Amino acid sequence: MFQPDFEAMSRTDLEALQLERLSNTLDRVYERVASYRAKFDEAGVHPSMVRSLADLASLPFTVKDDLRAAYPYGMFAAPMRDIVRVHSSSGTTGQVTVVGYTRGDIDRWGDLMARTLASAGATADDIVQISYGYGLFTGGLGVHYGSERLGAATIPISGGNTKRQIQVMKDFGVTVLAATPSYALLLAETALEMGIDPRDLPLKAGVFGAEPWSENMRTQLEEALGILAIDIYGLSEVLGPGVAAECECKHGLHVNEDHFIIEIIDPATLQPVPDGEMGEVVFTTITKEGIPVIRYRTRDISRIVPGSCSCGRTFRRMQRVSGRTDDMLIIRGVNVFPSQIEQVLTGIPGVAPHYQVVLKKRGSLDHVEVHVEVGPDFAFDEIKALEHLQRRVGAEIASALAISIEVKLVEPKSIQRSEGKAKRVLDLRSEGSE
Amino acid sequence: MIEQVSVFLENKSGRLAELTRVLGDAGINMRALMVADTAEFGVVRLICDRPRHALQVLEASGFGASVTEVIAVAVPDRPGGLADVLESLGSGGLNVEYAYCFVEPSGDAAVDIFRVDDPASAKSALVSAGIVVVEPGALYVAD
Repeated sequence: MFQPDFEAMSRTDLEALQLERLSNTLDRVYERVASYRAKFDEAGVHPSMVRSLADLASLPFTVKDDLRAAYPYGMFAAPMRDIVRVHSSSGTTGQVTVVGYTRGDIDRWGDLMARTLASAGATADDIVQISYGYGLFTGGLGVHYGSERLGAATIPISGGNTKRQIQVMKDFGVTVLAATPSYALLLAETALEMGIDPRDLPLKAGVFGAEPWSENMRTQLEEALGILAIDIYGLSEVLGPGVAAECECKHGLHVNEDHFIIEIIDPATLQPVPDGEMGEVVFTTITKEGIPVIRYRTRDISRIVPGSCSCGRTFRRMQRVSGRTDDMLIIRGVNVFPSQIEQVLTGIPGVAPHYQVVLKKRGSLDHVEVHVEVGPDFAFDEIKALEHLQRRVGAEIASALAISIEVKLVEPKSIQRSEGKAKRVLDLRSEGSE
Repeated sequence: MIEQVSVFLENKSGRLAELTRVLGDAGINMRALMVADTAEFGVVRLICDRPRHALQVLEASGFGASVTEVIAVAVPDRPGGLADVLESLGSGGLNVEYAYCFVEPSGDAAVDIFRVDDPASAKSALVSAGIVVVEPGALYVAD
């Protein structure tokens, strides 16, 4: 543990600390951010009315559109004189959002990411290769400052140039890899193509996040790279990476509750759900100065894992995110997460976990094609085996998703590999009927 | 045993041409080629020189391929020639998954390629029935 005084503090002390920090944050945004003040006034609430953590549920939500409307600096709660860093979301789903960090924010972010790396077993003795993109995306620099805070030797290689990444990993004796899980898989594949078995390298742990991934993919990454692979979580609107991370127990991600209050709500009724039930994750930041968010709806789907963890951390755990409400596809009225498809594929021998979902219209109906790569070691002579594989994939996906789909087997390595977040869905439904 | 190269192909135009070009550029000569197709994909089976090298070349060019053991038989060029061969396999309880044939310009027999579950027993059943089993060296340059 990097900061046991906080990470293992008693729940009573933690809740007292949360309430104090929450009150300060509410005062700060009410005084300094016009849109919060207007929203609170409209809802008839005032920071002074929040006397317990339960009172948080009486406050209005913040959504991504609020941040978009405030573009670029409208929701900053610190003057630009105090802002030392600006990051921005990728803007793939609309107008980009901008977030700002004070010197204190950057300092705390370093601590939180150092906690994350430490929970993968990293120490000052380690050599950390950061293959997240650097730049406006929070991934690269977020992990970077944490790695330096931990005292590890930090390699800021950023994303891309995959063969060089392998060479660096080998030559520099990298022990910890930080990347998106899909990129980590590409690194493993590329290493083998170059005649390097990653399991022979000193690499021992990976911190993977920024996109949803499955338990089966973890097994695959751990076997291919010979490492402990943990899931890390964060989003730029709340901080960036460092909001929550798995420990070595790999059973849920400990939320850094001394800096963020997590709620799980029913996205339809907007009411909090009991611990253990699935819903949309909502975060309130309680130490951010640059751009605090109050009850920010993440669109991520998860739940609180009930019970305590054997690692000694007292922070509650959220289950690995099973999808975003943004990524959620509504196909013939059924909610589908692409990660469910990946979960199925990684459980079927003979197929690679690379896939693409192609949505089309046939008449007025949605038609779903799932393109699945046949594994490179398949006995390609066996047409019966190929047809059996195709039927099995179709049946298992249909049973997991509760919709019928068409499976198309495609040649090994023919689906485009991603160097960042994988693009799994091609939605052609607006392009007319076939 | 004859080593046949089997290649998985999506039903995409030009893909078979790409496959044959890759082999041609690698200087690999083909002796026989058979395409089995379904509505969704095809499997190309070929007998060629240096099949293991061909496999490496194909995989390096992004094809899904594997080497399969098959049996080659010299079938007498007369009515009932093929029936004799199949009967001797059938009486041994051996099931033929697929077969294709081609004519060697040098010989007076057709060459039939058989894929069976158990190539070793098939071979001995054929030999004991007096049927000529063709060795790899007679068909292609082995590697």
